[in-house]
Amino acid sequence: MIPSIPQPRSFRVAYHVYVGIFFVYLMLPLIVVGVFAFNDSMFPSLPWGGFTLDWFMNDNPKRVGLFQDKRLLSSIGTSFYVACWVTVLSVLVGLSNAFLFERQNFPFKNVLYMFMLLPLIIPGVILGISILMFSSTLANWIELNLGLDFEFLRPSTFLVVMGQFSFIATITTLIIAARLRKFDLTLEEAAQNLGASKLTAVWTITIPFLKPALVGSMIVSFLMSFENFNTTLMLVGSDQPLTIAMYGRLREGSTPELNALALLLMAVSGTMALMSVFVQRDKT
Amino acid sequence: MNIQTASRLSLLLLLAPFALWLVVLIVLPHVDMFLVSLQEKIAPRVYELSTANYAEFFTEPLYWRTFSRTAIMSIMATTLTLLIGFPIAYYIAKMMRGRMKSLLFLLCLIPFWVSELVRTFGWMILLRESGVFSNLLQWTGMASGPVEMLYNDATVMVGLVYTSMLFMVVPLVSTLDSLDDSLVEAGYDLGGNAFAVLRQIIIPHAMPGIISGCIVVFMLTLGNYLTPVLLGGKNSLWFTEMIYTQFITRFNWELGAAFGFLLLGLSSLIVWSGLKLSRQTLTNTMG
Repeated sequence: MIPSIPQPRSFRVAYHVYVGIFFVYLMLPLIVVGVFAFNDSMFPSLPWGGFTLDWFMNDNPKRVGLFQDKRLLSSIGTSFYVACWVTVLSVLVGLSNAFLFERQNFPFKNVLYMFMLLPLIIPGVILGISILMFSSTLANWIELNLGLDFEFLRPSTFLVVMGQFSFIATITTLIIAARLRKFDLTLEEAAQNLGASKLTAVWTITIPFLKPALVGSMIVSFLMSFENFNTTLMLVGSDQPLTIAMYGRLREGSTPELNALALLLMAVSGTMALMSVFVQRDKT
Repeated sequence: MNIQTASRLSLLLLLAPFALWLVVLIVLPHVDMFLVSLQEKIAPRVYELSTANYAEFFTEPLYWRTFSRTAIMSIMATTLTLLIGFPIAYYIAKMMRGRMKSLLFLLCLIPFWVSELVRTFGWMILLRESGVFSNLLQWTGMASGPVEMLYNDATVMVGLVYTSMLFMVVPLVSTLDSLDDSLVEAGYDLGGNAFAVLRQIIIPHAMPGIISGCIVVFMLTLGNYLTPVLLGGKNSLWFTEMIYTQFITRFNWELGAAFGFLLLGLSSLIVWSGLKLSRQTLTNTMG
């Protein structure tokens, strides 16, 4: 079953057909979502009513286009705000964790490394509810003992940021640590021999070396935050991020406006994903 | 400042954010969840330590039936994903070369950069009563009226397999890539047929990839929320839906916490036994 070993023609044909069908299965839902964004009809379904850009541009209240829909646009804003915070926090903690586990030795290092991986095997819904409960325990305690009401510890955008940060930090740690492992320590030592302090050496030699991993992990955490649903669902406050708003629309029954939004999301995340692949591939 | 205190200081500075993140966002919330799950409300704002929430899970058929249904369907989805994905991974790793190989691999990855919501929406457009497939069937004369293909277990399965595919194909491709072609050739030279080569050479070599793929797929399926809710509707209850209902709709956090712990327990049990069976460690599989 490798190219150098002859196989019956029928087997080879069947195998190619199978792979072909698989890729159709993979792409079909995405293509359909994209195509119906341009359907001139109230529903994203057949019959095909003709080509239109109404679902992007129109400002008629009966047929609101994506770029005129204030509620959806503001939820994009919320998602963007959350994703920026999650990216900053996750990349900073990821960088620090990478140095901790690659460069330092301390007791229980292996056990703590396992703990660092834990968020990957905890379902997102559980992460969400556990943080929800803990923050509300905290808020109740503060209210009872100090008489202060910390609004942000109730379901809010702050909690959404914390919930997403809790598992995305593991992923950034893994990406950055993998790159740091390849770094040749003698380069840092050489810089120190030439009179640089440890900190200067890290800042001018190691951090630039890590740049592809840093940019890659920024893109990955931004996308994962923007698209997260399970953890967010449990922690969401009054400002709905995009995925939650979209989910609400989907349950109400949808117009092709949602297709327009989905197409936009696909275009943006597709571009960012390709960027992350190229950034991490270059200069290794 | 001497060298020793400097290195102690840098260790502490690096340890602090890690410890803060781990303790505040992971450890304490789960400890709290466990404590809440052991509370029983006996009067407004009065709680007592008891295992009543767990008892309620086992005595109420709806709860444990949904739990076992979710577990069984997750195992089925994992098996199906493996069976469908293995030939694809083999094709990419062994039958393709150079440019075409990277292209196909990238093509496999792209759908998964798109939000799960968008992917599920795509399946809804295809499968619903007024959807593309229903119209296609009527147009070709294979059905006389609209066909509803949403809201059943088979559809949920299609969606779950679709969502999980990447996490199976990527580890499989990377282990199959490391299989030397000459081993396969040797198998044939020694008189093995295709089936014997597959069973005795290819599958044993791919075992680490199979295990880590299965573990990840199972966990993601078990914890999935969107696909069963949107594609399965009322006819296909998923355990995460019950957790959501207890928390947000019924506001019964104590029972919800017990449910959460049971789900976490099942998921950890499966991961642990998968790792034990394959004699691997979490660090090797994930890191």
